[in-house]
Amino acid sequence: MTDQERRPAAPGGPLLLMRDIQKEFPGVRALDGVSLSVGHGRIHALMGENGAGKSTLMKVLSGVHPAGSYTGEILVDGEPCAFSGVADSERAGIAIIHQELALIPQLSISENIFLGHERSRFGIVDWGSTHARARELLRRVGLDENPATPVSALSVGARQLVEIAKALAKRVRLLILDEPTSALNEVESARLLELLLDLREQGVTCILISHKLNEIMRVCDEVTILRDGRTIETLAVERDAEGTPSVDEDRVIRGMVGRALDQRYPDRTGEIGPVRFEVRDWTVDHPAQAGRRVVDGAHLTVRAGEVVGMAGLMGAGRTEFAMSLFGRSYGRHVRGTVLKDGTELDTSGVAEAVRGGIAYVPEDRKTLGLLLDDDIRHNTTMAALGRISRHGVLDPGLEAVEAERMSERMRVRSHGTTQTVRTLSGGNQQKVVLGKWMFTQPDLLILDEPTRGIDVGAKYEIYLIVRQLAAAGACVLLISSELPEILGMCDRIYTMCEGRITGEVPRAGTDQETLMRLMTRTGDRP
Amino acid sequence: MKEPTTTSRLSRLGAALMRDNARQYGMAIALVAIIVLFQILTGGLLLTPLNVTNLIMQNSYILILAIGMMLVIVTGHIDLSVGSVVAFTGAVSAIMLTSWGLPTVVVVPLALLLGALIGAWQGFWIAYVRVPAFIVTLAGMLVFRGATLAVLGGESIAPLPANLRSLSSGFLPLQGEGLHLPTLVLGAAGAAAIVWVQWRARSRSIGHGLPVPPAGVTAASSAVVVAAVLAFTYVLAQYNGLPVVGVLLIALIAGYSFVMRSTTMGRRVYAVGGSEQAAALSGIRTQRTTFWVFVNMGVLSALAGLVFTARLNAATPGAGTMFELDAIAAAFIGGASASGGVGTVVGAVIGALVMGVLNNGMSLIGLGVDWQQLIKGLVLLLAVAFDIYNKRRATSGRSVSLPLTRRRDGNGGGGGGGGRTPAPARASSS
Repeated sequence: MTDQERRPAAPGGPLLLMRDIQKEFPGVRALDGVSLSVGHGRIHALMGENGAGKSTLMKVLSGVHPAGSYTGEILVDGEPCAFSGVADSERAGIAIIHQELALIPQLSISENIFLGHERSRFGIVDWGSTHARARELLRRVGLDENPATPVSALSVGARQLVEIAKALAKRVRLLILDEPTSALNEVESARLLELLLDLREQGVTCILISHKLNEIMRVCDEVTILRDGRTIETLAVERDAEGTPSVDEDRVIRGMVGRALDQRYPDRTGEIGPVRFEVRDWTVDHPAQAGRRVVDGAHLTVRAGEVVGMAGLMGAGRTEFAMSLFGRSYGRHVRGTVLKDGTELDTSGVAEAVRGGIAYVPEDRKTLGLLLDDDIRHNTTMAALGRISRHGVLDPGLEAVEAERMSERMRVRSHGTTQTVRTLSGGNQQKVVLGKWMFTQPDLLILDEPTRGIDVGAKYEIYLIVRQLAAAGACVLLISSELPEILGMCDRIYTMCEGRITGEVPRAGTDQETLMRLMTRTGDRP
Repeated sequence: MKEPTTTSRLSRLGAALMRDNARQYGMAIALVAIIVLFQILTGGLLLTPLNVTNLIMQNSYILILAIGMMLVIVTGHIDLSVGSVVAFTGAVSAIMLTSWGLPTVVVVPLALLLGALIGAWQGFWIAYVRVPAFIVTLAGMLVFRGATLAVLGGESIAPLPANLRSLSSGFLPLQGEGLHLPTLVLGAAGAAAIVWVQWRARSRSIGHGLPVPPAGVTAASSAVVVAAVLAFTYVLAQYNGLPVVGVLLIALIAGYSFVMRSTTMGRRVYAVGGSEQAAALSGIRTQRTTFWVFVNMGVLSALAGLVFTARLNAATPGAGTMFELDAIAAAFIGGASASGGVGTVVGAVIGALVMGVLNNGMSLIGLGVDWQQLIKGLVLLLAVAFDIYNKRRATSGRSVSLPLTRRRDGNGGGGGGGGRTPAPARASSS
C-alpha cells in the first residue's frame, strides 16, 4: 500500500525498500507482511501504537534480528541485503539511535563518538585527529561542547546530539531515531528537529519513530502507519507556505487506532466539593546544594472531585514539589504544612503519607514505580499489603482476586496477572502503576507526567480512569508538560516557574498562550 | 475489541499459577537426579541410614547459613563475612563455656545475641551509611577472623561440654532396639501437617472463586509428599532416629519459608531487592528492612557457629573458612538472582543439598578434593548459566508478542506462548 504518488526522488528509486517482512516470535507473529519504502533524502515517520511492530521492524532493518530469523526482502539502493548483525547494517550506512542511549557516561564525547572504530595507528589512539574530527562532527550537529568533556556532564538533549554525531562519524546514510524527543524539553526537541532538517539537506535520510504527532507533522515528508504488525498506509505530507501540513493529526490517529478518536479527553462528570487538601508555604531545598530553594513557598488547594493541573517547564520544580510532599522523598529541609479536611497531615515519611491518603504516580515509572522482574499481582498490592493480609500474614488467594479485579478495571492487557511487568508495553506498565496506587484507595492522587511515551489509545484509557476517580470524589493533582493534556483534563490549573507558583487559572477561558506566559514568568518575586 | 470476561481471566490466572508451581520442581528434580546417580555409583551406600544421618549433620551449618544468605541476596546484597563470624561466635562461646564456666543454656542465647550485634554493626554501615555490602562484609571477614585469632590466642579450645555437643550430634530421646519410634511419629505428624496445609490452600482458593486442579491431582501430590516424608523418616529411624540438628533445620526451613512467602515482612524483603527506589516510594522502610536482614544473617551465623563448634567439639582459629562461599553458591544454585529480588528459602536449601550430596557422593566413590572442587565449581556455573538462558528465552519472545495477542484475547484464550519467566515463580512461592 505504498503506491501513492511520490515527489521525484534521487535517481534510481528509493534508498530503502522493505518488502513483505514477516517475523515470528514463539507463539506470536510480530510482523505480518510489512512493507516500507523510504526515498533518498527524506524524513520518513513511522507511527503506530505501542506494540504495532515499529521497533521490531527497525530491529530487523538494523540486523538486531539477523537475516534468516524473518522472511521478506530488504533492498538498500536496489541491492538485496541480508544483515547478520548490527555491524553489517552499519557498514551499509544504517545507524539506529535507541530510546535508551548507548553512550558510556564516564568516557569523553570524542571517545564515545569513535568507540569501536578509534582513530589510531598500530593500536595507538591519535588524539589530535580524534578531537579535531569530533569537533567537526559536533559543529555539524550544532553542539557547542569541548570534545574532551565526559558524557556524564551533558544534559539528555546534548547526549542525543552526541549519539547523532557518533552515527555521522560512521558515514551514515540512513539514520533511525526511536523516540528521540521523549526525554527532551521543548527547546531541546525543537533543536533536534531542526537538526534533522539540516541533515536532510546534507543528504542524510531519516526514519523517525515518535508518539508526538505535532513533531512528526512539523518535519516529516512521509508517514507510514503500522497497526498489529501490518502496514496500514503511507501518507505523503506536504506543507503550505505557513507550514500547515496537508495531513491532519486526526487522520493519522484514525490510521493508528483503526477508528476515529472523536475525543482525546473524556467528558467530566461529577460535582466538585469543598477543599480537601491544602498545602501551605511549601519550601524545599536542593538535596546537594545547600541553600538553593527548589520549591519556594508554594501554596495550593485541591477540592474533592477536582482535577488540578500543574503546568511548568522542565526544571520548574513540579516533580520536586510532588515528591517532597509525598513523604519527603525528595530534598532537604522540607518545610510547610499539609492540611487534609482542615487538620494537619503527617507527611514525614512515605508510609505516613500513604496512610494519610496520598498516592504518587512517579514520572519515571520503570525505576520508581515498578518491580520490573516481579509480576502484576505483586506490583499491584505492594503499596497496600495491609489490604491482603491479616496480622502480617498474606492471603494469596485474596491477592490474586484483588489484583485481577484491579487489572481489569485498569484495562491492563496481559496474559494474566502472573505476567512479569518488564514484558508489558509502556502504556500497560503505567496502568499497573496506576492500579497499584488505586489499590491504596487514595484521597489525593498525584500524577507526574502520566502519559509520557504512551500511545493515544492507552492515553485515553488513563484519562478515563482519572476522570472516574475524580467523579468518585477523590482529589487529583496532574503534573504535565503537555499543555493540551492539562487543558483537556483539568478543572483548575496552577503554573509553576523556578520553584514558585506563578499563577492559578480556571480551565474555562484559558489557552496555551496564557499558560505559557505564566509558566515563564521569572523573576517577579511577590 | 471484546474484553475477556472475569471468569475466563480467572481461569487463565489459575492455569498460570499451576504452571509456575510446576516449574518449581525443576531444581528439586535435578537434586533427585544427582541422588539417584550417586546411589548407583556408590552401589547403594549413599542412602544408607548412617550416611543419610551423616549428610544432615555434615551440611547442617551450611544449610543454616544458606537460609540467611538467601535473604541477603534477595535484598540485593552479599555477605562475605559469615565464615569469620561463624569462627568468632564459636570461639567466644567456647571461652564462655570453658574459661568462664557458664552453662550451655546461658551461652547459646548470648552467642545468638553476639551474632545479632555483629549483624547490626554490618547492617548499619550497609543500610544507613550505604557502604556497599561487598566492602563492609569483606572488612568484616578480616575483622572477625582477626578477632577470632585474638580471643583464641591462636590456639584451639577443646573439649567442650557434652550438652553443647548434643546440638550437633545428639538424637531425639527414647533410643531403643529396632526402629526409632519418636522419629516415625514425628514423620507421620509432619506428613499430616503438610497434607492439611495443601488441602486448606485448595479450599481457600475455591472460596475465592479461583480455579484449582482436580481433587485427584491434589490427592496424588499429597500422596507423593506423604511417601517422601515417611520414607525419609523411616530411613533415619533405622539408625539413631532424627538428629537434634535435623529438628532445628526443619523448624528453620519451615519458619523462614513461611515468613518469606506468606507474610508482609517477606514481601517487603523481595520488594526492596526488586527495586529499592520503587519499594521506598511505596511506603516500605527500605533501610530498616536491609538492616534487619543483616541482623538476621548475624544471628544465623552465630547459630551455625554454635553447631559447627559443637560438631568439631573444639573452637579453632581456622573454623568456618570458605563457608561464605558455600552458602553463596547454595543460594545461587538454588535460583537466587545476583541483582536481587529473586530467590526462595527452599531453593537455597536445595542448592545446599546439591552441594552436600555432591561432596558426600564424590567422597564415597573416592574422588579427591581436587576433583570435588572442580566439579562443584562447574555445577555452580552451569546452574546459573542455565537459569539465565532460560530467562532470556522466556522474555525475548514475549516482550514483542504481547501487544499483538491482546486483540485476540477476546476471541479465544490468548496465546500463552513461549515459556514463562522463572522470576515471578521463585519470588512468589517456594
